[in-house]
Amino acid sequence: MPVEIYLNVAASGLLTGLVYGLMALGLSVIFGVVRVVNFAHGEMMTLAMYLTLLLFSALKLDPLVLLVPIAAVLFVFGYLLQLGLINPFINRPEHSQFMLLVAIALILVNAQLIVFGPDAQGIRTAYSFDSYQLGPLIVDASKVYAAGAALVVAAALFAFFRFTLLGKSIRACADNYHGALVVGLNVRHLYALTFGIGAACVGAAGAMLMAVTDVTPTIGPAYTLLAFVIVITGGLGSMGGALLGGLLIGLTEALGGVLFTPSAKSMFAFGLLVLVLLFRPQGILGKKAA
Amino acid sequence: MSFDRRKFNQALAAAGALTALAPVGIVRAQPKTLKVGLLLPRSGIQAGIGQDCYRVVAITNGLLAELGLPALEIMNGDTESNVDVARARAERLIGEGAQLLVGAFDSGQTTAIAQVAEQRGIPLVINIAAAPPITEQGYKFVFRNFPTAPMILGDAFANQLEVFAVTGVSPKTAVFMHVNDTFGNAMQKGFTGVMKKFTMPYTVAETIAYDPAARDLSVEVAKAKATGAEALILVSRLNDAILLTRELVKQRWSPKAVLSMGPGWYEDQYLKTLGKLADGPISFVPWYDPNKKLTQQLLAANHKAYPDISLNTNHVYTFEALLVAADAFKRAGSTDPKALADAIRATNITNNVSPGPGILFNAKGQNDKLKDSAIQNRGGKLVTVAPKDAANAKPELPMTPYSQR
Repeated sequence: MPVEIYLNVAASGLLTGLVYGLMALGLSVIFGVVRVVNFAHGEMMTLAMYLTLLLFSALKLDPLVLLVPIAAVLFVFGYLLQLGLINPFINRPEHSQFMLLVAIALILVNAQLIVFGPDAQGIRTAYSFDSYQLGPLIVDASKVYAAGAALVVAAALFAFFRFTLLGKSIRACADNYHGALVVGLNVRHLYALTFGIGAACVGAAGAMLMAVTDVTPTIGPAYTLLAFVIVITGGLGSMGGALLGGLLIGLTEALGGVLFTPSAKSMFAFGLLVLVLLFRPQGILGKKAA
Repeated sequence: MSFDRRKFNQALAAAGALTALAPVGIVRAQPKTLKVGLLLPRSGIQAGIGQDCYRVVAITNGLLAELGLPALEIMNGDTESNVDVARARAERLIGEGAQLLVGAFDSGQTTAIAQVAEQRGIPLVINIAAAPPITEQGYKFVFRNFPTAPMILGDAFANQLEVFAVTGVSPKTAVFMHVNDTFGNAMQKGFTGVMKKFTMPYTVAETIAYDPAARDLSVEVAKAKATGAEALILVSRLNDAILLTRELVKQRWSPKAVLSMGPGWYEDQYLKTLGKLADGPISFVPWYDPNKKLTQQLLAANHKAYPDISLNTNHVYTFEALLVAADAFKRAGSTDPKALADAIRATNITNNVSPGPGILFNAKGQNDKLKDSAIQNRGGKLVTVAPKDAANAKPELPMTPYSQR
C-alpha cells in the first residue's frame, strides 16, 4: 500500500483526535476539581450538537461561529445542573453519583429522541466537501478547522486556569478542599463554575463535531465511552493528558484501521487503554494517588 | 290474555330454537374485517425503518376498496427492534384476537415471530426479511413475499451484467465494502458464493468491513481508494452511505460505478442530504415495477398522503403483505386461521406492485418468482434501469466525477 495512504490516514486521525481531546478535556476538568465522574458527558455533547443543528438551520451561521453561544448555553446548563442536582450528591457514595448521572444521561437521550427523532441529521457548510491537497497529502477541510478551533479553545482554557484569579481559585479547590474553605473561597460556586466550564468544553466540541459528522440521539453513550478511554489513557484529571489521549486514540484508531481491518479499529484504542492501565495505571500524564 | 302452561312451553321452545340457531347464523355470516397484527420495529435502533413501513397502513384500506377487497383492522405491535420483544408482542397480539400477523422487517425478529405463528397456528405474512432459513423450516403458517439474500444477490449480478451491456462500461476491478452486522455479513458470505455463478467483468481487489456505528469512514475510503479499483460495491445503510459519499468527495475519488446491494443509497434522506452529489449510484434492490397498474395507484395514493416521501421498498412490500392478507381473507370467506393459511397458499395475484409475474407461494411458503430491480439516482429522483421488462430509463455509466458537478 502506498506510503501516502498512511500519511493521509494519520493526519485525519490526529485532527479528529484533537476534537475528541477537547471533548474529553471537559470530563477531565470536572473530575479533576469536583471529583465527580460525568457519565452524561457524551449525551451533553449530543445536546450541543442538536443545538448547533437548530441554530445552523435558523441562522445559517457557521458551526465555528456557533461554538461560542453553544459553549455559553452548555456552561449555564452545566452550572445549574451542578448547583441544583449534583451538588447534593458530592459527599454521597460514588454509586449514588453514578446512578444520578446515568439517569441524567437516559433523560437526555430520550428527550432528544422525542424532540429530534431517531434519524441521523447533519449540516452542510460551504466547506463540507472541501479538502486541501499538500503534495500527496489530502486533508479534510472541516477537520482542519475543527482541530484548529479545538486547539484555540484548549489554549484559552489552559490560560484561564494558569493566569486568572478565578482559575487559580478553582485549582486551589482541587488541590485542597478544606484549605480552600479556610481561606474563604465559595467552594459551592466554584464547583458549579467548574462543571459549567467542563460542559462548555463539551459544547464547543459538539459544535465543531457537527461540521465533521452527523448526530443521532443514540450516539451519546459511545462518546461518553470514548471520553473515558481518552482521559484514562491521558491521565484522569490532567488537562494536557486529555488532549494527548485524544491525539493518541485518534491516531491509533486510524492506523489500526488501515493496517489491519477498519471494522476493528476501536479494538486498537481499547488495546492502548489496556496497555496504559497495565504499565502506567495513572495515565500517561496523570499523577500517582498520594 | 292468559299465559298458561302450554303457551309458556311454546314460548320456551321458540326461544330455545332461536338460541340454538343463532351461532349457526354467526358462523355463516362473512365477517367484515380481518384483524391483522402488524409487527414492526417502531422504536429502538430500527425505528426509522419501522415507521417508514407503517406509513403505508394509512393508504392500504383505500386501495383495497378500489380493488374490491375487504378492509383490514390493523392491530399495532412494536417490536422495539428487539428479538425477544418481537416474540412477546406476537404472543400478545394473538392473545388480543389477531387473526393473521404481518411483519417484521428484520430477519432476527421475523424468525422469532415465525416460531410463535407456527406454534399458535396463526398465519404470518412476512413483509421484509431476507434470511433464507425462515422459509426452510417446513412451517405451514409462514409465507414470505420478499426475496431471500441469495435471490437478491443473484438478481443483483444479473442486473449488473445488463447495465454493463447497455452502457458499454465494464469495470475491471472492484472493492467490496460492507457494514459489519448480521445483514452485511450474510450478504458478504452470499456475495462470494453467488458471484461464482456469473461471469462478472471485474475481480474484487479488496473486501472491507466497517463498523455499523462508525462516525468516521475516512480510513475505510482511503483503504479502498488505494486499491485503484474502478467500481465500488457496497452493502450499507443510510447513515454510512452518506458518510461514505462525503469521504469519496473529500478524498477526491470518483469510481466509474458505485453499485449498492443494500439500503441507503436510494433513500429520500440520502438524496436530500447530498443533492447533486447523490446522483449516479445504482442500487440493486427489491423494488417496484413502475409499469404496473397497481404501482401507479400506489404511487398516487402515497403521493397524496405523503407528498414529500417517495415510494420505496418498505412501503411496497408492507403493502403487498397486507394485500396478500386481504386477498386470502376474501377467498377464504372466514377468519379461521387454517382456512386463511390454505387461501394464502393458493394465492395468485397478478395485479401487484413488485417486479415479476406476481404474488404466488411455493410449497415452502416463499414467493420465488420475485425479481429485483436496478435503480439509479438521477437529478434527485430514482429511475428503474434494469431488468428491462420493469425499467423506465436506460442506465448511465460511468458516473460523472464528483469534482465536475
